[in-house]
Amino acid sequence: MRRFSAFAIAREALRHHKGWEKQWVSPEPKASYDVIIVGAGGHGLATAYYLAKEHGITNVAVLEKGWLGGGNTGRNTTIIRSNYLYDESAGIYNHAVKLWEGLSQDLNYNVMFSQRGVMMLAHNVHDVQVFKRHIHANRLNGVDNSWLTPEEAKEFCPPLNISKSARYPVMGAALQRKGGTARHDAVAWGYARKAHAMGVHIIQNCEVIGINRGADGAVTGVETTRGTIGAKKVGVVAAGHTSVLMQMAGIRMPLESFPLQALVSEPVKPCFPCVVMSNTVHAYISQSDKGELVIGAGTDQYTSYSQTGGLHIINHTLDAICEMFPMFTRMKMLRSWGGIVDVTPDRSPILAKTPVRGLYVNCGWGTGGFKATPGSGHVFAHTIANDAPHRINEGFTLERFRTGRLIDEAAAAAVAH
Amino acid sequence: MLLIHCPYCEEERPELEFRGAGEAHIARPANMAEISDADFEKFFFIRDNEKGVVYERWRHIHGCGRFFNAARHSVSDKFIMTYKAGEKKPKITKTQIDAVKPPAKGTPANEPVWTVGGKGEAK
Repeated sequence: MRRFSAFAIAREALRHHKGWEKQWVSPEPKASYDVIIVGAGGHGLATAYYLAKEHGITNVAVLEKGWLGGGNTGRNTTIIRSNYLYDESAGIYNHAVKLWEGLSQDLNYNVMFSQRGVMMLAHNVHDVQVFKRHIHANRLNGVDNSWLTPEEAKEFCPPLNISKSARYPVMGAALQRKGGTARHDAVAWGYARKAHAMGVHIIQNCEVIGINRGADGAVTGVETTRGTIGAKKVGVVAAGHTSVLMQMAGIRMPLESFPLQALVSEPVKPCFPCVVMSNTVHAYISQSDKGELVIGAGTDQYTSYSQTGGLHIINHTLDAICEMFPMFTRMKMLRSWGGIVDVTPDRSPILAKTPVRGLYVNCGWGTGGFKATPGSGHVFAHTIANDAPHRINEGFTLERFRTGRLIDEAAAAAVAH
Repeated sequence: MLLIHCPYCEEERPELEFRGAGEAHIARPANMAEISDADFEKFFFIRDNEKGVVYERWRHIHGCGRFFNAARHSVSDKFIMTYKAGEKKPKITKTQIDAVKPPAKGTPANEPVWTVGGKGEAK
C-alpha cells in the first residue's frame, strides 16, 4: 500500500491522478479464518485493525451485511468527548480520546479530528450541581473538563443566547476543550484501508444468518448469505442488530434497539466554533468542516429496526436550537435520517466474553458510540486475542446485570439519551 | 409519528398522546425477595428486542390515562393490533404479519425498508 503524503499528491498531480490505488479490495470469503468480526462499522474495523497491529492476528474477516460504514458509523453526529462520571467510563472514553489524538498519523489517513471543544449547557440548579460533580470526578480521573460562567460560555461560543429572557436561561456550562469532532466516514475508511493492508479481509454484502457451534458448545464459525465460513473466534460488533445475532447463539441480551435521528442544514460559512450540547432542552449541535450544521435529535420511545423515526422528535430539538441560537431560526434543513441504537439498562456498553466459548460481544454503545471507536476497537481486540478483557474494559461485562455491578451512566445523567 | 388505536377510547390517536412503556407480558415475580439473581436479571434487564413482531405496553397518558398492549412489526413500525391490559398475549397469524411486514427483497443499509403509501411494495 502506498502512503499518503504531500509528495504523493504532487506525484499524482503530475500523472493526472492515475496512480491512486484501491483503498481496499472485496475478496471472496475463505473457508475459514482465525477471527471473524461481524459488522464493518467503525468499531468492527478498528477491532480488526488492532488485532492485526497489536496482536499479530491477520487471518481475520470482517463481515458486513450492507456496506462498510453504512450503519451508525455513517449516521452519527461525530462528537468526541470523554467527560463521563464513573471511573470505568472515564477509563474507556479517555483511552479513546488519547488514541484519537494520534489516529490520523497512525492510520496515515486524515480523520479530520478537531479538538474544538464540547460545551454542555446548564439551565437549572440541578444541571449546575450535576455538571460540577462531573467536573470534579473528571479531574480526579485525569479527564479534561472545566466550568464556565454564562459570559465565559458566550465568549467561547458567540452565537449562544445567554439572555435571562430565554425560556431556560443558561446558568453556566461544562467545557471539555479536548473534545471535538472527527470525520466519521474517514474513520471507517482509514481503518479499513490499514486493516486491508495488513491482510484483513473485508467482505461486504455478506449477512450473517447463523452462528455455528461444535459439540462442545464452542463457536466453529458462521452461516452467511455467501455460505458457511469457519472461525475459531467470532466477535459480534453489530450495534442495533446485536440482539438478533446473539439470539443465533442462544443468548438473550439486556438490550433494546431504538431509532435515533440526526439532521443537517444547508452548508454555510464557518459560524459555529465548537460543539454545544444541552440535555435539559435537548439541543445538540456543531458545524461540519463542509459547513453544514450537524444536529442530533433524541431517540423515539418505541423499539424499532426501521432506521427512521418520528418528525416530532426532530421538531423538538429544532425548537431548542432556535431558542438557544436565534441566528439559526431561518436556516434551512437539508437532510434527516435515522439509525438504530442498542441501549443497555445502565447506558454503558458491553465489551466482553460471552457464556459461549469463542464468542465475544461489543455492543450497547447506545446513543454515543462514535466517540469511543478507537478505544473500543483497541480493548476489544485485546479481549479477543487474549480471551480475557483488557484492564480498561474489565467492568463492561455481560454479567454485571446479574451481579448488580452496573456502571450507571443512565442515572449519572451526563448524556443525552 | 405513529397512529395508535387506543382499545379503551376505541379510536386512533397520534403518538404524542401516548407514552411507550416497554416490552409487554413480563410478569413481576410475586416473591421478589426470594428469586435468584439470574431470575431477577431475566425479569428486570433481559429483553426480547425482536426484529419482527414485538409485544409492547403503551399508556394513553394524554387521553384516558390507561395502559394497554400492542403487537407491532418492528421493521415497518406498523401495528398489527392493540388490546386491553390483562388480555392474553394474542397469537399472530402469518396473514397478519404479511399485511404489515416490509418488502422481502434485500434492502441496502441506507434505504428505507417500507413505503409511505403502506401498500408494502418495494420502491
